[in-house]
Amino acid sequence: MVAPAVALAAASAASRRSWRRLFRWRAPGSRAPCRPVCTARGLPGGNEYDLLVIGGGSGGLACAKEAADFGKKVAIMDYVVPSPRGTSWGLGGTCVNVGCIPKKLMHQAALLGGALEDAHHYGWDVAPSAPHNWQQMATAVQNHIKSLNWGHRVQLQERNVKYFNIHGSFVDDHTVRGFTKAGKETLVTADHIVLATGGRPRYPEDVEGAKEYGITSDDLFWLKKSPGKTLVVGASYVSLECAGFLTGFGLDTTVMMRSIPLRGFDQQMALLVTDYMESHGTKFLKYCTMRKLEKFEDQRLQVTWHNHEVGREETGVFDTVMWAVGRVPETRHLNLEKVGVTLHPDSQKILVSASEATSVAHIYAIGDITEGRPELTPTAIMAGKLLARRLFGHSAELMDYDNVATTVFTPLEYGCVGLSEEEAERRYGQEGIEVYHAYYKPLEFTVTERDSSQCYIKMVCLRGEDQRILGLHFLGPNAGEVIQGFALGIKCGATYSQMKKTVGIHPTSAEEVTKLWITKRSGLPATVTGC
Amino acid sequence: MVLDFVKPSPLGTSWGLGGTCVNVGCIPKKLMHQAALLGQALKDSRKFGWEYEEQVKHNWETMTEAIQNHICSLNWGYRVTLREKSVTYANSYGEFVEHHKIKATNRKGQETFYTAGKFVIATGERPRYLGIPGDKEYCITSDDLFSLPYCPGKTLVVGASYVALECAGFLAGIGLNVTVMVRSILLRGFDQEIAEKIGAYMELNGVKFLRKYIPVKIQLLEEGTPGRLKVVAQSTEGSETVEEEYNTVLLAIGRDSCTRKMGLEKVGVKINEKTGKIPVNDEEQTNVPYIYAIGDVLEDKPELTPVAIRAGKLLARRLFGGRLEKCDYINVPTTVFTPLEYGCCGLSEEKAMELYKKDNIEVYHTFFWPLEWTVAGREDNTCFGKIICNKRDDNRVIGFHVLGPSAGEVTQGFAAAMKCGLTKQLLDDTIGIHPTCGEIFTTMEITKSSGLTISQKGC
Repeated sequence: MVAPAVALAAASAASRRSWRRLFRWRAPGSRAPCRPVCTARGLPGGNEYDLLVIGGGSGGLACAKEAADFGKKVAIMDYVVPSPRGTSWGLGGTCVNVGCIPKKLMHQAALLGGALEDAHHYGWDVAPSAPHNWQQMATAVQNHIKSLNWGHRVQLQERNVKYFNIHGSFVDDHTVRGFTKAGKETLVTADHIVLATGGRPRYPEDVEGAKEYGITSDDLFWLKKSPGKTLVVGASYVSLECAGFLTGFGLDTTVMMRSIPLRGFDQQMALLVTDYMESHGTKFLKYCTMRKLEKFEDQRLQVTWHNHEVGREETGVFDTVMWAVGRVPETRHLNLEKVGVTLHPDSQKILVSASEATSVAHIYAIGDITEGRPELTPTAIMAGKLLARRLFGHSAELMDYDNVATTVFTPLEYGCVGLSEEEAERRYGQEGIEVYHAYYKPLEFTVTERDSSQCYIKMVCLRGEDQRILGLHFLGPNAGEVIQGFALGIKCGATYSQMKKTVGIHPTSAEEVTKLWITKRSGLPATVTGC
Repeated sequence: MVLDFVKPSPLGTSWGLGGTCVNVGCIPKKLMHQAALLGQALKDSRKFGWEYEEQVKHNWETMTEAIQNHICSLNWGYRVTLREKSVTYANSYGEFVEHHKIKATNRKGQETFYTAGKFVIATGERPRYLGIPGDKEYCITSDDLFSLPYCPGKTLVVGASYVALECAGFLAGIGLNVTVMVRSILLRGFDQEIAEKIGAYMELNGVKFLRKYIPVKIQLLEEGTPGRLKVVAQSTEGSETVEEEYNTVLLAIGRDSCTRKMGLEKVGVKINEKTGKIPVNDEEQTNVPYIYAIGDVLEDKPELTPVAIRAGKLLARRLFGGRLEKCDYINVPTTVFTPLEYGCCGLSEEKAMELYKKDNIEVYHTFFWPLEWTVAGREDNTCFGKIICNKRDDNRVIGFHVLGPSAGEVTQGFAAAMKCGLTKQLLDDTIGIHPTCGEIFTTMEITKSSGLTISQKGC
């Protein structure tokens, strides 16, 4: 359903189009001299491409490739504005270059450090700890990313999708102009345009030295040298995941949080996540806000912050300060006001309908740039594919953004699907829900005597005969693998009794989900014992 | 009252309360598998920047001691739980002497008699021997392996069961020289395409396979811990024989029910004379109304701990709790913890074709490369996922198969989804968690019938 404001904007854009006479410059590189050419605009068939995608990330690439598979003429623009530190990267977007992929690989590196410690207990004759070489790991991770950049280039080529490494912005609602790194201007016209430019990390506005001396996740994964003693500012999953693996490498790591961790996630689970991190070496500065960042002559950073708990300013010295205080959508440079694409006033994200349409009829948006959507790769990919199918494949299928599963890859992983307990309570009341839970101990932790105090599962169900599952939360090893199948179950409308009928696979951690029986309401202790 | 008694193995191994799973099955198996996985993790970790000496040795005694300590704590835990619930426990061997009466003989040979209104037989199984010269004297089985006080050394594993492959897998993973002798196919009863992939992966990673051979004689060359054994094996396809020397021979050719010597004939309980298994109705009742049976002794039921646990609980609730729920044996998931793990739920491709016919099923499949394997430089186009759908029933998922890391964790949730009537459409509509292995099932597009290649090219 398109909001009234959006519908109005679409109408006015259409009327502007019918009165406009437009000029098109030939693309640079052609032999004929550049001269303006009048072209009938706004009519299908008058544009160079059927589809132009702006943004070569998860959503953009999926959309472009799917459209090309329908035989359409597709172009994609991707451009990475270097970070304030100068970091840049190739085709593939956030996920491939500075998100999911390097994050999970570094998380894996940290887990392998833990495996080294475990191995000792299982009879391997290796010292329980070993030094970690950041450069070797980073090079390996960066090489893998580059192979993915290359793979995407090849996939586009195979489908005859034209790739422009230019920074595009609207000239009019069917024309996008961009400049290459060398400064050459290109104009691209298309019947349909999909915006998928994603987001970039936010820098705090009110902290002196933030941009000059701090880095973000954009830079962390491309550092050639170890970040050393690091302060990660923020309580987002980005902050906790990064702090988690940095601690795993043996680096002195501190997380500074203004208030609660993992806002928007189930808070009981969020606290278990941070509890685990705290008892495994990550330091936390809670209820603190940054004041300023200064650099010493020896390149170390002097950090000043306000500690709200004790009500005074404190300082510390770090090698690296990383901001993980949220992300801003990449909408500012697109010149959206020119074509009338409306943004959400607070978030500055693009407002879209259920069919991913913006306020301008033939302009769409998908992925992190859109308001009210999960900022996840798989949702962007599916949104892109379904959009292409609706535009070119006679499909009517819309995205279902409900019950999207996700996993936070902190040292103890947290996988979840559906509602948090708070949200379920808000919707149905405490009396309307039944929460089953259990603390469990993964078998592999026994021999190593690992602390499993935070290994915990919680299933939030509707109360009553049906006991449909509203949300499932799992904290433990391989959380992503555990949750994926259960997300399918929830898609099928799974109930608690169906879960109970499912026989467990033994010995796994996932089977504990099928064995849940203690309710929070009963007040019984929730620790599972036995085989 | 619970009677539990472990007849020592031919080599004298015995253990405490808890049964096969706790003492000589799932638990020690998974822990030794974990030890082997950690060996692989050590290798991977160097690619991720961890610096330590290249050659790392494994100490068998350290591992078994740690594992046995954990098992002892579980034995103890069970004793405590029974006490807490006022269940009488006797460490005695039970046999029926007449209706409603059993004789319990303890280790010292003292006999006590008990009567009860109802009986549940849950005596499980023990490993089978070959019946060739030297087998009982010199070979070990899974009963002995997990508490072996010395490293088994160069080992021959006889058999193609999941027990054989799992044990061969972790023994090779801790650095031992391992050969598997297989009479015919691997993992009979499991999906054969996947069984062959499991074997191929093990072979690629150092396990030797002697296919289509059976041992005919085991001779002792030298006593020791371990000793030296000579094995003579005969080809199943001709008259060739091979001889080879090993430190240890581990037999894993199957398990026999412990039903033969407990006086069942005295009370008229019918058993399958050939297999020793007990047929029961859908309420786990034998042909004698007051005698029930659960677990590995049952005919045509999965030999799995969680199934036995569930059957036992539901039986007790029906007998004494006024409940009606029966154990649901359909779509029971399981996992084979070979070096490359295999999780499955539902039908194998062969079984699906047999039950539904080729034209009525659609098989979707894909290779996948776990992200963690990329930097580690491990094989691409090896991990594999397959789902089998019933075209005549809304493309209902009737078989789920995954070959890759953490297969058990991946499979569990999908088993729950299958219980809820999972279809291919629902899989396609569900958004995956990224980056994981499990997400591949939400984006499977290529069918076997299309003939398209599933080799991955990257990303």
